[in-house]
Amino acid sequence: MKELVELLTKSLVAHPDDVYVRKEESADSILLEITVHKDDLGQIIGKRGRVIKAIRTLVWACAPADKKVLVELAE
Amino acid sequence: MKSVEIVAKSKEEAVELALKELQVDENNVKVEVLEETSKKGLLGFLNVNKVKVRVTVKEDIAQQAGRLLREILVNMGVLAQVEIFKRPGEVILNVNGENLGKLIGRHGQTLNALQYLVNLAIRRVNEEPGRVIIDVAGYRKRREENLKRLALSAAERVKKRGRKEILNPMSPTERRIIHLTLQNNKEVMTYSEGEDPYRRVIISPKN
Repeated sequence: MKELVELLTKSLVAHPDDVYVRKEESADSILLEITVHKDDLGQIIGKRGRVIKAIRTLVWACAPADKKVLVELAE
Repeated sequence: MKSVEIVAKSKEEAVELALKELQVDENNVKVEVLEETSKKGLLGFLNVNKVKVRVTVKEDIAQQAGRLLREILVNMGVLAQVEIFKRPGEVILNVNGENLGKLIGRHGQTLNALQYLVNLAIRRVNEEPGRVIIDVAGYRKRREENLKRLALSAAERVKKRGRKEILNPMSPTERRIIHLTLQNNKEVMTYSEGEDPYRRVIISPKN
């Protein structure tokens, strides 16, 4: 899942080398936190959050059933 | 992406050798000069030049989209084949395999998210826009047929009762199918009302 978020994010931004995804896993949840170049923040959020929502939708489609998966964008 | 690196006495010569090796023509490649050395020889006229170039085969939109989609599927843990079809201004990627339900999602929302992101990524690296349509196990095709049937039967009711009918909320693509199906109908006309994602098509009697 971390790789999926990395791949999607890198393919959408102008600075793919500045993309970093941090994974934090606990007993019942997984947090995936995306860091991008500040000029790319808008790209990843999209109009009314459309892009980040689409990324979440894809991640949730392949997420394990027993864990809550959060995809967040680092400010 | 396929590429070769060639060293020759001039850039032109290096590129020519590379094109021969890759068996493509000049319009389909990107050329980068990696190193250029020129040494003045004895008495200034025995010049030794060395140029190193990298020549990379450019992919078209269909190939790029196909490659990206395959990579995404691998990362999602989905085992599937991707077929690529080209139509003017459009690329169609058909995904086939087993257990692809999770790739479609409720009302196709996962499939729509996938198509949206692939289109964004492709548009970012291409100047000429081309639409990428992704279908999974014939889902869109079946949905299109269902929508056409729904449009025709609703139009039939509108005609009979002389009263307008409001359809369920649909995505822009789905509404387009309804409009197109009924655009030449002499008895009814169609229009949309409301804001996405709750925008609905209305079928009403003409005049």
